[in-house]
Amino acid sequence: MSKILVIAEYVDGKVKKATLTTLDMARQLAAKKGASIDIAVLGSGIGGIADALKGYGAGTIYVADHADLAHALAPTWAKVIADIAEEAGADVIAASASTLGKDILPRVAARLEAGMASDVVAVVDTDDGPGFRRPMWAGALLADVVIDTDTWVVTARGSAFDAAAESGGESAVEAFDAEPELASARTRFVSFDGTKSDRPTLDEADIVVAGGRGLKSAEGFAQVIEPLADAVGGGIGASRAAVDDGFCPNDYQIGQTGKVVAPQLYFAVAISGAIQHLAGMKNSKVIVAINTRDDEPIHKVADYSLVGDAFTVVPELCAKLAALKG
Amino acid sequence: MKILVTAKRVTDPNAKLVIDDDGSWIDDDVEYILNPFCENAVECALQLAADHDAETIAVGIGDEEVQRYIRQGALARGIDRGIHVEADEQELDSDLIAKILKALVEKESPDLVVLGKQAVDGDSNQVGQLLAEMLGWPQATFASDVKIEGDEVIVTREVDGGLEKLAVTLPAVITADLRLNDPRYASLAGIMKAKRKPLEELELDDLDLDGEEPKVRVVKLHEPTGRSAGVFVADVDELILKLTTEARVL
Ligand SMILES: Cc1cc2nc3c(=O)[nH]c(=O)nc-3n(C[C@H](O)[C@H](O)[C@H](O)COP(=O)(O)OP(=O)(O)OC[C@H]3O[C@@H](n4cnc5c(N)ncnc54)[C@H](O)[C@@H]3O)c2cc1C
Ligand SMILES: Nc1ncnc2c1ncn2[C@@H]1O[C@H](COP(=O)(O)O)[C@@H](O)[C@H]1O
Repeated sequence: MSKILVIAEYVDGKVKKATLTTLDMARQLAAKKGASIDIAVLGSGIGGIADALKGYGAGTIYVADHADLAHALAPTWAKVIADIAEEAGADVIAASASTLGKDILPRVAARLEAGMASDVVAVVDTDDGPGFRRPMWAGALLADVVIDTDTWVVTARGSAFDAAAESGGESAVEAFDAEPELASARTRFVSFDGTKSDRPTLDEADIVVAGGRGLKSAEGFAQVIEPLADAVGGGIGASRAAVDDGFCPNDYQIGQTGKVVAPQLYFAVAISGAIQHLAGMKNSKVIVAINTRDDEPIHKVADYSLVGDAFTVVPELCAKLAALKG
Repeated sequence: MKILVTAKRVTDPNAKLVIDDDGSWIDDDVEYILNPFCENAVECALQLAADHDAETIAVGIGDEEVQRYIRQGALARGIDRGIHVEADEQELDSDLIAKILKALVEKESPDLVVLGKQAVDGDSNQVGQLLAEMLGWPQATFASDVKIEGDEVIVTREVDGGLEKLAVTLPAVITADLRLNDPRYASLAGIMKAKRKPLEELELDDLDLDGEEPKVRVVKLHEPTGRSAGVFVADVDELILKLTTEARVL
């Protein structure tokens, strides 16, 4: 029988939403393939992650807890994931199209001589059996692809799937005797410089407030975007131009080559709406554009466009929202 | 030292794409550019070569037109020589491209391969990682800073949640993010020189890859369901009213 192995992602001891959206994709694929689902958790000191995932209907949760897996180094993680896939008899290996999934899953595909579909947004039926839909050309077109090898590797775009809900039952948890072979990986972790914020992260936020080059400086960006994010309880994002110009950290970038989000509400403040930016946000439920110009491409995707200077309009919006909440 | 860098031709992001009659590819009569991430890869190779006295080679895979992009995008900027591997791009997937590059690495024995993190047509983000695993080499993907120190490359990587720094031992594979550098423009002298730089032409047969099949196939392309433009609101009050009573998202 077909089996799908889902790679869990977590941060600070908590399962990431990306794991649950990948599980949702896996469930849809399992329904089409008549497959069952297992989960793999890799890392060091990670018992709690398996416990948190027990109720999601996986048969077995493999836990590869090893000091040499403490950092997600591509060669070691890919080896251990491939080893678990072989032990589990998995013919599909799935992870989120996060930077972790993008970095590691192709190496898993190469190890298993599997074909790989990246960043899939749907599981589809094709004339050649189950396949995957994925955006190409910055989302200008969608492609239905099929994988012709026996083993498949897939990464799922988080914003395109719902977080899987618990389905009852209890998965078996199995310790996996990992052999990461760190020495032959010739890869040394040096440091991680994390972006610190108390706001929701972009992949988890229901509301995203994004700023662009029109905010002119890091001070302008902070002065306009932060109060609005606070007023609506949103996460903060940015266009590439805003990141390139140093207004905010790199991992705020939304778009073809940054993060892809689809929140309930997206504010595009002083963003023109280049195709590469739209690729990262055009599936948001409701889009608000705030821009001094009325002829920018962002208005073609916005539900509500407000023409005005962000430096005056956004503070007014914040004040009125605060008054509304009393 | 020797550095191999990739140069892929992609459709211009502003080009209007038309799905071909067969439904599984685009009409290829459009404008093309050098993949922006490959421009960063080329710049990275040139800077490292200047500091570490390396020979640089640019590789492009695709039909004959690709040669223009190798010459103008890579050789004219200063890359020493080019290799064009003739193949029908529609018949290639990331796995096969990685296999071609692996064969070239075995032929040329570079110390470092620098690729773009993704090609902006297929948006796959796979080739560098596949190549690294096929070679058994370390990788540092999504690089925004690269330094060679002794036999190690120290790379800052743009990842979810922040910046990660890795040290990988040569030989290694690096994939470039857009913020790695500002690609230089080719000078007039560079463009003239590029015309005489060697550009080797190879076929899959020469690399013992004739008859290799792609593992992933596009069966159908669609237009995404478009989003229709909404309304202009007069002022902040109307915006709040719409968001609270019509869209009900606040
Ligand atoms: C390979 C490649 C990949 C890319 N990937 C991405 C990506 O992932 N994400 C991304 O965002 N971009 C990406 N880009 C860049 C993209 O093409 C655009 O350059 C970028 O999105 C523009 O950012 P912007 O809208 O902030 O800036 P601009 O295009 O400069 O727009 C600024 C806007 O602010 C408005 N404005 C000015 N002052 C004010 C004011 N006071 N109040 C209100 N409005 C004001 C202006 O009218 C204008 O609409 C990529 C480009 C390439 C080539
Ligand atoms: N046909 C090709 N010729 C040369 N380089 C390529 C080709 N396809 C992919 N690459 C390189 O591999 C990188 C990643 O591509 P991809 O995995 O397809 O997104 C690109 O940025 C290029 O540097």
